[in-house]
Amino acid sequence: MAELKRTPLYDEHVRCGGKLVDFHGWELPVQYSDGIIKEAKAVREDIGVFDVSHMGEIFLRGKDALKVAEYLVTNNVSKLKYGEICYTPMCYEDGGIVDDLLVYKKTSEEILMVVNASNVEKDFNWIKQNAESYDIEVLNKSDQYAQLAVQGPNVQEKLQEYSGVRLDQIPFYSFKEGRFNGIDCLISRTGYTGEDGFEFYTSTEAVIPLWRKFIEIGAKPAGLGARDLLRFEACYMLYGNEISKNTTPLEAGLKWTVDFEMAFIGKAALQQQEEKGLTRRLKAFEVIEKGGIPRTGNKIFSGDQEIGFVTTGNKSTTLNKIVALGYVPSKGFKLGKEVEIEIRENKRLKAKVVKKPFYVGSVNPDKHSDK
Amino acid sequence: MKKYTESHEWIEVADGIATVGISEHAQEQLGDIVYVDLPQEGNELSKGDTLCSIESVKSANDVYTPVSGEIVEINSSLEDTPETINESAEGEGWICKIKLSDEAEVEGLMNLEEYKKMVESEG
Repeated sequence: MAELKRTPLYDEHVRCGGKLVDFHGWELPVQYSDGIIKEAKAVREDIGVFDVSHMGEIFLRGKDALKVAEYLVTNNVSKLKYGEICYTPMCYEDGGIVDDLLVYKKTSEEILMVVNASNVEKDFNWIKQNAESYDIEVLNKSDQYAQLAVQGPNVQEKLQEYSGVRLDQIPFYSFKEGRFNGIDCLISRTGYTGEDGFEFYTSTEAVIPLWRKFIEIGAKPAGLGARDLLRFEACYMLYGNEISKNTTPLEAGLKWTVDFEMAFIGKAALQQQEEKGLTRRLKAFEVIEKGGIPRTGNKIFSGDQEIGFVTTGNKSTTLNKIVALGYVPSKGFKLGKEVEIEIRENKRLKAKVVKKPFYVGSVNPDKHSDK
Repeated sequence: MKKYTESHEWIEVADGIATVGISEHAQEQLGDIVYVDLPQEGNELSKGDTLCSIESVKSANDVYTPVSGEIVEINSSLEDTPETINESAEGEGWICKIKLSDEAEVEGLMNLEEYKKMVESEG
């Protein structure tokens, strides 16, 4: 086995009772001593802190930075003001997804792309390859940045007094550079939990005192298990599960992130898919029969016919319901429609189509907007 | 006295009836348990058969019967409170009771000390 990479917080995780696992080549805590349910609850009801230093930071710098960013992703970067962020897929020519990421519009000549840890190399090469004929530099600075996500309904109130930046003046999906407890950070009002929250990008040295400060303030350390459960309840995509090179943003229900007014890689394929009509779509299901929990890859049936597959399934501990996301034909599976999910050989459970997301937390674009 | 299996179940025998559960170590490894697919009373099982499935927020895990026999009682309270296994894996979190068809099968199982050694060697 290749040696696992560790974030600067490795020793802190061990100290907090972290149960470390191999996550795409990174040794990270799946949970701490109190367990996933309590960690998820802390984030839903108060605040929690996640070490997400494994995420990738790729910078586009130079005269054509904006132009290249606009062309690489499906969402409309040109509409963003400086200091704003958008969530977006990045597609191949055939409309399949290279990765989903956040685009930070820093200046006319500097764009930051925050990408999934599992995709850093692939994304970096893809971006470089497509930027060759332009006047920009593509820099993979993932090793120089650490990142913490502090998430939960009480986040602004609990963090404000230590922040050199007015947190209430950072609207949802915006960022500011400044100091937190004396530490230089890029502070962005983003997250992956469905709750209000901030993500702090800082140096690999400064992240240890920052982590300790958040814990001192009362944020509960939360691991990958809670992170996955929370993003799943909020129906956020996980690359490799809901989205991949074999799915398009339209199938995944990400049409809101695709701006056909713009020129971007994959546009023709997506437009064609849009015109022809989708054959399948990502839907949400609630299991309405006892017997187990659907998991990734389980088959979905309608009568005797296999019609699709589960991308993620779990018990939502916030809602106390067993729920799943999965691809089924785009026609004929409206809200309330019953299907069966095969959780193992010869065992199928009744489920019905429900609304996405399963859970709406304290994330509210309007609440933090100063418009 | 409790006996343990390599697949992390425990049993305790009294009057030809074995109470079966998963070990404290196993529950720790599983993390928060959210569902137990309990076996059916009256089922006849052979040693090593799948007894039931325990689901944590992380994964589904099969539990195997350490002995052959008939299931004579199940801990139906686990249906509504599966977390009892996390709280008391080797006590109130027992899964079912099995009427032994071959008491000699118990002899081959590990005692606590042997089980602890095995767990340590698994690292």
